[in-house]
Amino acid sequence: MNPDSENRPSPDELLAALKLEEEKGKRGKLKIFFGMCAGVGKTYTMLEAAQADKSKKIDVIIGYVETHNRKETDILTEGLETVPRKSYYYKGSVLQEPDVDSITERRPQVVLIDELAHTNAPGCRHLKRYQDVMDILDEGIDVYTTLNVQHIESRSDTVAQITGIIVRETVPDEVFEKADDIELVDIIPDELLQRFREGKVYTPEQSREAMQNFFRKGNITALREMALRLVADRVDKQLKQYMQQKRIPGPWKSGLHLMVVISPSPHSAKLIRWSKTLSYTMGATLRALYIEAPYKLSPSQQDQLTKNIRLARQLGAEYSITSGNDIVKAILNVAHKENITHIIIGKPRHRTLRSLLRLGNFVTRLIRYSGNIDVYVLGSDLAVDKRFKRFISFPSFTSSVSKYLLAGFVTIVMALILFPLRELIGYQVVALLLLLTVSMLAIFLGIGPILLSATLSALLWDYFFIPPPFTLHVEKPVDVLLLSMYFIIAMLNGILTSRVRRQERMTRVREERTNALYQLTKELAMTSGIEEVLNVAVKDIKKYFNLDGAFILQGSNNELSREIRHTSPLTLTDTDMTIASWSFHHSGTAGRFTDTLPSTEFTFYPLVGLRLPMGVIAVRHRRAFSNEDEIFWDTFRTQISNALEREFLNELARQASVLDESDKLYKTLFNSISHELRIPVSTIMGAADALLSNRYDEGTYTRLCNEVFTASGRLNHIIENLLNMSRLESGRITPHLDWHDVHDLVNRVTQNLDRELHRFKLDIVIPDDMPMVRIDFGLMEQVLYNLVYNATQYAPAGTTIRIKLYHDDPYFIMQVMDRGPGFPPESIPHIFDKFYRVSAASAGGIGLGLSIVKGFVDAHKGTVMIQNRQNGGSLITIKIPSELPDLTLLKQPLTNE
Amino acid sequence: MSDMMKEKEVKDAILIIDDEVQIRRLLEITLSANGYRISEAADGKNGIIEAATRHPQLIILDLGLPDEDGQQVLIKLREWYHNPIIILSVRNSEDEIIKALDNGANDYLTKPFRTGELLARIRSALRSIQLGPGNDPVLAFQSLTIDLANHRVMKHGEVIKLTSTEFSLLALMVKNSGKVLTHQYILKEVWGQGYIGQSQYLRVFVAQLRKKIEDDPAKPKLIVTESGIGYRFAGDPG
Repeated sequence: MNPDSENRPSPDELLAALKLEEEKGKRGKLKIFFGMCAGVGKTYTMLEAAQADKSKKIDVIIGYVETHNRKETDILTEGLETVPRKSYYYKGSVLQEPDVDSITERRPQVVLIDELAHTNAPGCRHLKRYQDVMDILDEGIDVYTTLNVQHIESRSDTVAQITGIIVRETVPDEVFEKADDIELVDIIPDELLQRFREGKVYTPEQSREAMQNFFRKGNITALREMALRLVADRVDKQLKQYMQQKRIPGPWKSGLHLMVVISPSPHSAKLIRWSKTLSYTMGATLRALYIEAPYKLSPSQQDQLTKNIRLARQLGAEYSITSGNDIVKAILNVAHKENITHIIIGKPRHRTLRSLLRLGNFVTRLIRYSGNIDVYVLGSDLAVDKRFKRFISFPSFTSSVSKYLLAGFVTIVMALILFPLRELIGYQVVALLLLLTVSMLAIFLGIGPILLSATLSALLWDYFFIPPPFTLHVEKPVDVLLLSMYFIIAMLNGILTSRVRRQERMTRVREERTNALYQLTKELAMTSGIEEVLNVAVKDIKKYFNLDGAFILQGSNNELSREIRHTSPLTLTDTDMTIASWSFHHSGTAGRFTDTLPSTEFTFYPLVGLRLPMGVIAVRHRRAFSNEDEIFWDTFRTQISNALEREFLNELARQASVLDESDKLYKTLFNSISHELRIPVSTIMGAADALLSNRYDEGTYTRLCNEVFTASGRLNHIIENLLNMSRLESGRITPHLDWHDVHDLVNRVTQNLDRELHRFKLDIVIPDDMPMVRIDFGLMEQVLYNLVYNATQYAPAGTTIRIKLYHDDPYFIMQVMDRGPGFPPESIPHIFDKFYRVSAASAGGIGLGLSIVKGFVDAHKGTVMIQNRQNGGSLITIKIPSELPDLTLLKQPLTNE
Repeated sequence: MSDMMKEKEVKDAILIIDDEVQIRRLLEITLSANGYRISEAADGKNGIIEAATRHPQLIILDLGLPDEDGQQVLIKLREWYHNPIIILSVRNSEDEIIKALDNGANDYLTKPFRTGELLARIRSALRSIQLGPGNDPVLAFQSLTIDLANHRVMKHGEVIKLTSTEFSLLALMVKNSGKVLTHQYILKEVWGQGYIGQSQYLRVFVAQLRKKIEDDPAKPKLIVTESGIGYRFAGDPG
């Protein structure tokens, strides 16, 4: 049925894959040697630790260590194996970086990689060194590294404030927070300065410059305080967590949830960093909220917003987006929904018209309505904001030229139509009609064309209609008033209408997205089988994102299979597959528009289900996703991953159960068949052997021959049933229904079983007026044979076996009754199962008889009923639909003679 | 009586065409013990050669032959061979049996078989050779005497009344005594072409006929049902 079934993992393979996964789960440990600034001896301490490890026979190697030619440090590298660095040529210079692939191939227990915050040379796999370190950790290798406090993302602002130097090489807070060990390397500032002066850190020349700029005592003290506090906070937090674990499970016992409101302003970045620090010290979760602007963002604003959101994510904040006319309401809605305890906002930079009208700016309103939620208001840097001010709340003029032309054209045409009518209706009414035209245009056109139309119509009105005509001159003061009123109304009208339209469009986009997600979820819920999920996913990605996607799924052994399992317009090269593989193993986005391996035309997103990585989807972007798109895309992807995982697990479960079932059947079959075949075979062999010896009298001779005959009959019965079963299994049973005399049926069966039946009293009950029945004779013969045969096997000799046949319109009823032990009640639900045998069964049989009866009766659309008789024994009733035969032609005389 | 004597004196030759050595050996033992002369062939080609050279009184033919399907062998034999052919095969589907009978087999027995049953069928088939048309119009089977010329049937010496259809049915069976007649053949011969497929009529008439001629209609000895295939008249000449 499925061409791929051979490629799917068998349970064994899956087990191996799970094992591998488990091993991989043993992620390496990250130890950071943390200091306030350069020169405190981080690298030195790290090397000391490595030497200590080495003396403990731990396999520790150097991946990358920068000793800055300091003698004491150099000495410590001796005796440690060093993996050669990899060289990159960039703009004529050679840059050296740790060789991640060689390190992972070498598989040491610990690797030393200096300067975690370093930015990689162009051409490396990742932009940042810490990303390389993450890869190495993923391979289960421990990493020792060094880091200075100014390189921690959330502290970089403060550092810039204190020292005046902007730090560009930063490491996300998460890396620091999730490090397994932090070792603080600390010396007092005076000692550090002393070392500087002695040239132990930099060359004397460098030192002098550094000491003037960065390494002033004040700076160093501030940095030291920051470093010490970070480490202290961490220790504090660990203690708190430990205590919580002991008492109440679940982190965040503090129950504090921070939410920072961000905007497309550089000020927000500072706000986010500050919030991060606060949340860290408070032990609170952090969420960033962006309220969609009611106007279109300028490219630089869009860019800044993207940066802000990325920063929030990097700092480990949850991110959500909402929209609404009233910012206060929108913020509080989210806050209530997310159980937010603290809201952090920036101080508004200017007073808006709205804030004046509402008697208070939004900060006061937020504070008034926030109830028990704390509100933090942070000051802003006006100097930075000035650049952005001109973008605030200005509509964008993005309409095409044709729309301007249309606006102008319609206005002029309207004026031309009205011109001959001016005497009749008066020029005031003309103004109203022109105003109507402008309003109508506003429904269809953007703000630019409307302003054009408003201005143009005002001019036209003035020139052609207001007396004196054909001048721009206005005579009466009333008309001056009218003209200016006209102009203002036209403008306001246009602006308001276009704003409403924009809002409406935004709402529609959101609605479409919600709808798209709903559709996808619905469609995915209805699919069954991986192929179907893929097809739906590919179709919907094309439909809602206008992107061509290619799915590369997990094959066997926890590796990506190298093929695309559905029709896709994308062709992936081997390099692309390698990137896909990276994305799969690290559950990270890679390829174009990302930090990892961006030199390809595709972007690769991992598909991670709830429990298993499912594979990777490759898409060809024309440009990077906007933030809203990316959130939408992430949700979309999650849905697809979950559906894939569901189908994958289903398939495995099905395979396993089929295997289990067939394994069970196989065992039962062999047990019962080998036993059942051996008995008649040994009877025949034994009897034949005895007959050959010629030492028996006539009576014994006959009895032996009888035994041979009975045994071969039994063998034949087994073979017959096995054949019937395989017919049933193959589903090729289609009864050939024809009219038959039930006497024939009974005679046939009782004749075939005469040897078995002569030990019993046989009672055949058939009414005299028994009509013909429409059955497949062969199948029904087997049914009756099996029932009577079973009766002869289970009932004690000398008892009565009754076969009763009658017609109960429109059914043909066949009953077989015996005085055997009957069926144990607990066995009745299983009685028709293949190879099922009543546990106490003493007689032979391989447990196929009744399941064949059931199968053949089912083929007749009939029913089988099993009962125990009141005075002992069993009663089996077969009910087959059978109309009375049509014998009308019989009544007419036959003319053949 | 004279027929029986003749059998004893001049032993009838029987050809066995079967690829299974063990079956051939079993048949050879039992049949020669009963006084028949036996020749054997292991495949279709040799079977036809044997039949042509020896011209046996009866052929026992297996359907599953190594070189050619038994049904084909049967068709080839029937082009010139007019003595009884009994099929002895493991194939037990009704379609296969009806096909063999349509191809001209006199009788059909499925493996595993009872030797006694096979011997009875052989006797019955050989007897039908002597019962060619134009022979004695009065036939006697145990308690039953049938006068084909005068449309008269007697049981235990008493005349029994049969309808014309019943008589036609009985006459057809008796004339083909020992041979399996398929339902469709009987319907066509007795009722006419238009009744093919109306087997319920046949059943009703067979049941009526049995009530009149059989000693125990519930256990018929004369008109034997071949399940799903047809009927065979199995009376031993009285």
